[in-house]
Amino acid sequence: MAEAESPAGRAAGVRRLVPALLSALAAWWFFGFVPAVHGGETVFFVWDWAPQLGVSFAFAIDGLGLVFALLVTGIGALVLLYAAEYFRTHPQRDRLLVLLVLFELSMLGLVLADDALTLFLFWEGTTVTSFLLIGFDHEKAEARAKAVQALIVTGLGGVALLAGLLLAGQQTGTYRLSELGDYALTLRNGGMYQGVFWLVILGCFTKSAQIPFHYWLPNAMAAPTPVSAYLHSATMVKAGVYLLARLSPALSGTDLWMWTLTLTGAATMVLSSIWAMRQSDLKLGLAYTTVMGLGALTMMLGAGGEGAILAFCVFLIVHALYKASLFLVIGILDKKAGTREADGLSGLGRDMPLTWLVALLAGASMAGLPPFFGFIGKEAIYEGALHGDAPAALVAVAALLANAMMIAIAGAVALTPFTGEFKAKKAAPTDAHLFMWAGPAALALLGLGFGLAPGAAELLVAPMAASVAGEAMDVHLHLFGGVNLPLALSVVTFALGYVLWRRLPRTRESLALLEAGGARQGFRLLRGDRALRPDARPLGDFERSYDVFLRVLTGLSRETTALLQSGYLPRYLRVTMATMAGMTAAGLWVGGGWPSIEMGEAPGLMLLVVALIAVASLTLLMTARRLLLITSLGVVGAGVALIFALYGAIDVAITQLMVETLVVVIIAVALLKLPRIALARTAAAQRARLWNGAIGAAVGVAVTGALMAVMDGEIDRSLTDYFEKASATIAFGRNIVNVILVDFRALDTMGEIAVVAIAGLSALALLAARVRPMKDAEK
Amino acid sequence: MELIMAALIGLMAAVSVYLMLAGNMLRFIVGLSLLSNAVNLAIFEAGRLSFAAPPFIAEGEKAPTGDVANALPQALILTAIVIGFGLLAFTLVLVYRLYGAFGTVEIDEIENAEPRG
Repeated sequence: MAEAESPAGRAAGVRRLVPALLSALAAWWFFGFVPAVHGGETVFFVWDWAPQLGVSFAFAIDGLGLVFALLVTGIGALVLLYAAEYFRTHPQRDRLLVLLVLFELSMLGLVLADDALTLFLFWEGTTVTSFLLIGFDHEKAEARAKAVQALIVTGLGGVALLAGLLLAGQQTGTYRLSELGDYALTLRNGGMYQGVFWLVILGCFTKSAQIPFHYWLPNAMAAPTPVSAYLHSATMVKAGVYLLARLSPALSGTDLWMWTLTLTGAATMVLSSIWAMRQSDLKLGLAYTTVMGLGALTMMLGAGGEGAILAFCVFLIVHALYKASLFLVIGILDKKAGTREADGLSGLGRDMPLTWLVALLAGASMAGLPPFFGFIGKEAIYEGALHGDAPAALVAVAALLANAMMIAIAGAVALTPFTGEFKAKKAAPTDAHLFMWAGPAALALLGLGFGLAPGAAELLVAPMAASVAGEAMDVHLHLFGGVNLPLALSVVTFALGYVLWRRLPRTRESLALLEAGGARQGFRLLRGDRALRPDARPLGDFERSYDVFLRVLTGLSRETTALLQSGYLPRYLRVTMATMAGMTAAGLWVGGGWPSIEMGEAPGLMLLVVALIAVASLTLLMTARRLLLITSLGVVGAGVALIFALYGAIDVAITQLMVETLVVVIIAVALLKLPRIALARTAAAQRARLWNGAIGAAVGVAVTGALMAVMDGEIDRSLTDYFEKASATIAFGRNIVNVILVDFRALDTMGEIAVVAIAGLSALALLAARVRPMKDAEK
Repeated sequence: MELIMAALIGLMAAVSVYLMLAGNMLRFIVGLSLLSNAVNLAIFEAGRLSFAAPPFIAEGEKAPTGDVANALPQALILTAIVIGFGLLAFTLVLVYRLYGAFGTVEIDEIENAEPRG
């Protein structure tokens, strides 16, 4: 409270509320779009980015985007308010708030983006900022490791997603997401569908923590609680589900889509519910229920049909409201009662009445009790399950199991800690500051309000469902839909859930036992986390695949580096040269194999010159005698000059002759001061010579082939024609080569002169410098 | 002739690469010199070979009359020759100083830059 006493402290105290305020204003602004969007309108904001590539910086506010924008900014405002108080005295409070705001902006851009590349940009933004948020306690090795894991898993998914979106764009010719739906048939029949589908799915499933990529999400609980509440309720993890919904008009409607999404969603939903029951840390338990929620949403998208789409929309809002609220409640418990362990908390209701009330409201929505919004959501799921494209029994049974377990978890969070005998780590727990309970309370009340007045929710749900379906939908939400099968399923769910909750401590224990001893007995999937049993092998087989993947990856890169960066100069050269030969050969192969060209006219004089050069070159290869080397080099140089002269390049020939003379003189002078060349006769040297010979031959063949391919093609003489026409008329020179050098390409020539001057200066400096012998500098 | 020239350039390139890989600095320099000749010839041939007149414009004319050689590759090669010479001179001095410092021009005997692990 010290900071409230001085004026500077008060300023700082107000400053911490600025992000929350801005976020609330943004939410208000988005709220203004509700009438228009409900009327079926889509509001576009488009700027050109790279028009020649068909890429624009485009945003669209439609039903789906608007609901997400409201959740992101609305929950964002409440979480920012909460965090301002939660981290009141934290030395890095402002860093956290800034990171949260950056994350919020990325998320907002993601859900409103209407261009595939704009979307990807913000998608990566959420990956990077969530990495920073999960690793907020960067002094803890664990937080760092978990942050890196989340980054790698979602980052790899992001790369796949980009590839998928680009493929889809190439196939359809548009990068605008709002237009993609119109090309659904093109996409499906275009032969690229499988590629697009799997790449996009990989991106979405990693981001939304679907099995087998789910493990990063519970691990990300290394983050502070407000961060978890924000990232894992409405936002980051929903990005994948969001994109699935966004692309649903373009990609759905195939068996592949239906089965992949339904089965993955159902498996994720049921397994993560079991994992959730297994957790004794309330926050971790909630994290697993988030995975369950994401599984349910994926399953609904896969199941298809109007009912399922409606269920998707309703449950998404339901889940965001209660999950954020409960995460924040657990943060309060952690702060005020000193622990998040289920065993360490009970009977807090008397000391923390407000917190309890909020927990009850949110928990009731999570459990799906009437008249809460959660009840409508649950009914909608059953309705969608029964009337979808996917086998109704499969979807309904998965939903029933998961929902029953949700009830048990809701009880464990909203009832168990507050009833019974008093037990807490801290002596005198109290309700939290207004800023901290206002957020969860508002969200929990919304959950009740939408339940009592479904018409208000319809305003949001109807346009959202229309975006997901790709066409307008008749949406009518009601609390009581008559006595029907969904209602009966609800009753069964309540009964099962109640039993599970009563037996939760024992269930938890038996699951833990199963984890410790049951691995060998085939219950591998049931293994939970490392929190309870440090002796049990941590997490499940899924995370081990991540470890193996990382080990293989780092091992591979280590091997590659050792191979390429051996520290042995000749090997670098060999790799470079062999690569050059290989790439050229690959180019020839792609271009249609070995080219053939005409022999052409071959006068005797030319043949003589060529023979001279060839013999001199071969002499260079064989000899170690320095005089012979210099002489042969001179012959090659002079021969090349002759070729230039004979083919009408008189300036080049003169220069060549002068330079070659200089080269021979300089090398001769240098060789006098350098030792003789000794050819080693060891076996290793013989082997190296064999390799070098092979690489040299390969390069030679590649060069010849490439040159023949060039000669085989047409020559573009447009530049030459221009220079021939323009030399006399605009540059007033008669020697075209000279005019090119000193006039048309004068800047180039100046650069060339500079290079020679610098080389000369450097050589001078090297010669002038005193160098001490350092034969064995290291010994 | 084009075919023979292509083969010659390939031979020169092969020899120069072999020399550069040999692990002796002197042979490296010889290889480098040979390689720049090979590359210049390659550029020259790619601009097409013809026993034509040099690319001059006669007095009083606005453009060359009759067949003249392709001027563009010639200009490029002129630049390349000079740069190649600068490179060669600098490399020579480097090798000379290297010999002064280590007393050898065999790469295998010099391990200071990147000790082999």
